Amino acid sequence: MSVVTSGRYTFPNYNLVFFIFLQLGLHSVEGVWPLPQSITSSPERYPLNPQAFYFTYGSQSAAQEGCSVLDEAFKRYFSLIFPDYSSGYGFLRFSVDKPFTVQVSVGRNDCDSYPDEDSSEQYTLSVSAGQAYLKAETVWGALRGLETFSQLVYQEDFGSYYVNKTEIEDFPRFQFRGILLDTSRHYLPVQAILKTLDAMAFSKFNVFHWHIVDDPSFPYQSRTFPDLSAKGAFHPMTHIYTQLDVRRVISYARMRGIRVLPEFDSPGHTQSWGKGQSDLLTPCYSGSTPSGTFGPVNPILPSTYKFMATLFKEVSSVFPDSYIHLGGDEVNFSCWKSNPDVRAFMLKMGFGADFTKLEAYYMENIVNLTAALNRTSIVWQDVFDYHERIPKDTVLHIWKGVPASYEAELRAITKAGYRVLLAAPWYINHISYGQDWRNYYTVQPLNFSGTEEQKKLVIGGEVCMWGEYVDATNLTPRLWPRASAAAERLWSDEKQTSDVDKAFPRLKDFRCELLRYFSFSDNAHGIPITHHRTLFYEVCLTYTDASVSLRLQAGYPGRASLCRTLQTRVPRCLIITDHVTFLSI
Amino acid sequence: MLKFVSLLLALSCCQGLHHNNIDDYVEAEPVFQASKYGSLWPLPQKVQISEVSFKLSSASFRIVDAKASSAGPSCSLLQSAYRRYYEYMFGSAKKQWGSKNNRRSDPSDLTELQVWITSPDSECDGYPSVTSDESCEYLLFLVHVMFYRSLETFSQLVSEDEYGAKSINATIINDFPRFQHRGILLDSSRHFLPIKVILSNLETMAMNKINVFHWHIVDEQSFPYLSRTFPQLSEQGAYHPYTHVYTPADVKMVIEFARLRGIRVVPEFDTPGHTQSWGKGQKDLLTPCYSGSKPSGSFGPVNPILNTTYDFMAKFFTEISTVFPDGYIHLGGDEVDFTCWKSNPDIQKFMEQQHFGEDYSKLESFYIQKLLDIVASTKKGYLVWQEVFDNGVKLKPDTVVHVWIGGRSDKEMSNVTAAGYTTILSAPWYLDYISYGQDWQKYYKVEPLNFEGTDEQKKLVIGGEACLWGEYVDATNLTPRLWPRASAVAERLWSAKNVTDIDDAFNRLSLHRCRMVERGIPAEPLFSSYCLHEYKGV
Repeated sequence: MSVVTSGRYTFPNYNLVFFIFLQLGLHSVEGVWPLPQSITSSPERYPLNPQAFYFTYGSQSAAQEGCSVLDEAFKRYFSLIFPDYSSGYGFLRFSVDKPFTVQVSVGRNDCDSYPDEDSSEQYTLSVSAGQAYLKAETVWGALRGLETFSQLVYQEDFGSYYVNKTEIEDFPRFQFRGILLDTSRHYLPVQAILKTLDAMAFSKFNVFHWHIVDDPSFPYQSRTFPDLSAKGAFHPMTHIYTQLDVRRVISYARMRGIRVLPEFDSPGHTQSWGKGQSDLLTPCYSGSTPSGTFGPVNPILPSTYKFMATLFKEVSSVFPDSYIHLGGDEVNFSCWKSNPDVRAFMLKMGFGADFTKLEAYYMENIVNLTAALNRTSIVWQDVFDYHERIPKDTVLHIWKGVPASYEAELRAITKAGYRVLLAAPWYINHISYGQDWRNYYTVQPLNFSGTEEQKKLVIGGEVCMWGEYVDATNLTPRLWPRASAAAERLWSDEKQTSDVDKAFPRLKDFRCELLRYFSFSDNAHGIPITHHRTLFYEVCLTYTDASVSLRLQAGYPGRASLCRTLQTRVPRCLIITDHVTFLSI
Repeated sequence: MLKFVSLLLALSCCQGLHHNNIDDYVEAEPVFQASKYGSLWPLPQKVQISEVSFKLSSASFRIVDAKASSAGPSCSLLQSAYRRYYEYMFGSAKKQWGSKNNRRSDPSDLTELQVWITSPDSECDGYPSVTSDESCEYLLFLVHVMFYRSLETFSQLVSEDEYGAKSINATIINDFPRFQHRGILLDSSRHFLPIKVILSNLETMAMNKINVFHWHIVDEQSFPYLSRTFPQLSEQGAYHPYTHVYTPADVKMVIEFARLRGIRVVPEFDTPGHTQSWGKGQKDLLTPCYSGSKPSGSFGPVNPILNTTYDFMAKFFTEISTVFPDGYIHLGGDEVDFTCWKSNPDIQKFMEQQHFGEDYSKLESFYIQKLLDIVASTKKGYLVWQEVFDNGVKLKPDTVVHVWIGGRSDKEMSNVTAAGYTTILSAPWYLDYISYGQDWQKYYKVEPLNFEGTDEQKKLVIGGEACLWGEYVDATNLTPRLWPRASAVAERLWSAKNVTDIDDAFNRLSLHRCRMVERGIPAEPLFSSYCLHEYKGV
């Protein structure tokens, strides 16, 4: 058995005479979000001591020390499980507890691969005295299990950490659980994307759908066509994703078991492409002369397909995922209609006046291009609606309509034998007053009439955060915890999670956990949000400070009683007052 | 009297630096075009911007007191504002090439901003009040409060080209606010707001020339105000007795931070409804509700029939009147639920004695009347929510009635002013209600004086407030939810009545929001586009 020594990293053991006192109230295993498929736990609990806590690989495990994904994950989850300890405070222990080991075994050594469409995420977790066994087929399943384990750990008075005796068998209901971010309508700094990937892992999302370019801007810096971003980005230097940025996102995502699915939407939604690639877009005409404006990609020129072939060749070498999203939505035909060359082409091809045929012609060519690159295409539902002749392994992405209409669409697409992905009910960029997460939670993705075979074609769902009104200033609070509601719908068993009122307190607690996870960087105007675990520490620490004597004057009890009071009166979720401020008063 | 602005300085040459940071691509809907007023927000009353442009260099530029100014270096309020605005304009002054060793200025440089406070009393150590004059004229202005306003305006005139060079056009501005009371309400009871969030919001208010922070500090859910006289109110009534409270030092800090930015802090202690959290720390303050003939164990509004209630209120508001220096206190008085009062036999008896019949609004008025007398004795003026007026409570003539109920708020404004009371408007500006899209336009299009009434009546409208109630808002989302939506209200309350061009507003507000982002405030976007300097605080 090889021991990965997360627990042995020697943190300075400050001689702090302070202890953390707090009580989380009743801890419940239902605190795990999204809810595991099967979970049993008992009141029997075991203390965890960060100084005697280890992640190890099981002797039968196919992956052993040196497995990048798991080694990194052990470090990450150690910090998440013991936030005070790893934040460098350290604390004094009376005695050395018995060690606790989380033994991880995986059936396959896929440490250096990327998660893919058929990667298993199933795991079993068994927590007993001194030991937890986490077994999974793949490292990706092990990551999900580690997340669950971290959510099982809680903290009580005197800063002790506990985990209850628990048995979990878990696997996702749907294989594809995605979040779409739109980096074209507003540029999102890489940091904002990475932070979203972190949060996705907390909710067990596994696909980052990167809607990287669109009409407003083209921030992807292409190796082959650098002019696309040089001329099409909001700013050619500061508002682009370099190859290095993209690699960073992909590798950060991989470490969290998240696929990165790039979307290069065409033939519509391509205004920004035209700036850096002349003759790519269709010149619109007013009467018999070009009007100077441009429409969708020009589908009649061979140069278009040559360009696309080269671009997608690059894309498929940069993005390792086996899927590429080709868009194909909302093509406005008026420009094509105005152009005499396009009309002549229509005639030649025998399309009559049906421009959907022209669109289908274009999409078919693009899908074939990506097929030749060994990639599965995803396209928006429009492609199916206009034209059913598309390769069978194409995935359709439903984005339109109210339940009745997307259910009909699900029925039609699966009946035609295509795999399908549901996004329509989760357009999370649409905001409204109140608890709209309830709407996202109560979606029933398989509630359409169809055979079992048809239902199996629904590979999952996706939360879309379109960017018209979203940038780095408001992305995070707009996305979380609303997206977590969809996460549970896509991971957990629908029967066990049908009661939205029961979900409410769990989601409330989970949100507080998210606040802890996001160690919000404390910048000039940032908002310091710290979890209670460190918080009380600071309260006790500052107690000897002059500033706190102020508080004493205000009628506070002495130190001992302060800490004791904390022990008895601590709500679950606390947002700290800025302790720097209160130190400096 | 603030005289600001003599931005004179020698220069003859002028290069009209002309630029437009926004890309020429524009999406279907809002079309961005540079406004002739650049990024000024809210729009000054009178602006003339010439083509003549001066360069600004961080190395040579200074903000100084004019010789004749009544405020000098000892006015720390001004000095810290100079520094703040210098930093806004030049950022953390990325080293400019050549500027390090070369502090000589070009003839076309603008090297000095002179600030002239013209009133004999600079009010440096005072608090802004409802009568502070914020107007500011070219070469002749009043009172210092405006001073900030003018500095803010000046900083907004500074623009940056793509090489980071700063410049300013020769400009004449004559400015004053349309309304005196331009407020933001934050609710620190439904969610606790860390001090830092409040301070950063005050900073942003100053950027938008908003001058009243209405601190809805306590409510049903929690009582975070740490009272010196009744510390048990927050000990028992706050979400947490140490971490989720505002200590006297915290409150002082907020008030001083606001003062330095020319912002009044008006606290609200809402009674007799909205007081569940008060009851936890103050026994017998709330009315025990009955079910049948027995107390049900739950409590209703403040108990209006006990003398102890008024003793408590007298002591409590005496403290409040010393802690908060502003001339006004907001006393609430909204949404009183009568069911608990009705259930209580003692109250029923009292109703009988007082000949109130079944009209519980009379009981409410009875309470409010006594409360107003108590507060009046502390020499403070007061604001109340509109129900207090609606219920016919006798009010002091200088009471400010706060109109918040939507639907027919114009009718209410008409009634309140007809009765001779000053009023502020919030009904159309409940910013906690969110919806998809550019709802700032809705807030922008409001005309506060759009109600039936004489000119005299209209003069009684002293302003308005944007309210951000806290059910769904805490430190995680407050700033992007409030800004720049509240900026729309800010311009409506500051600028002239005829400033209603929504396209021009879009163009200026887009830049104004980017300026807030550049100053570190996560103000959310209006629509697809970008800022030269995106938000870095991720």
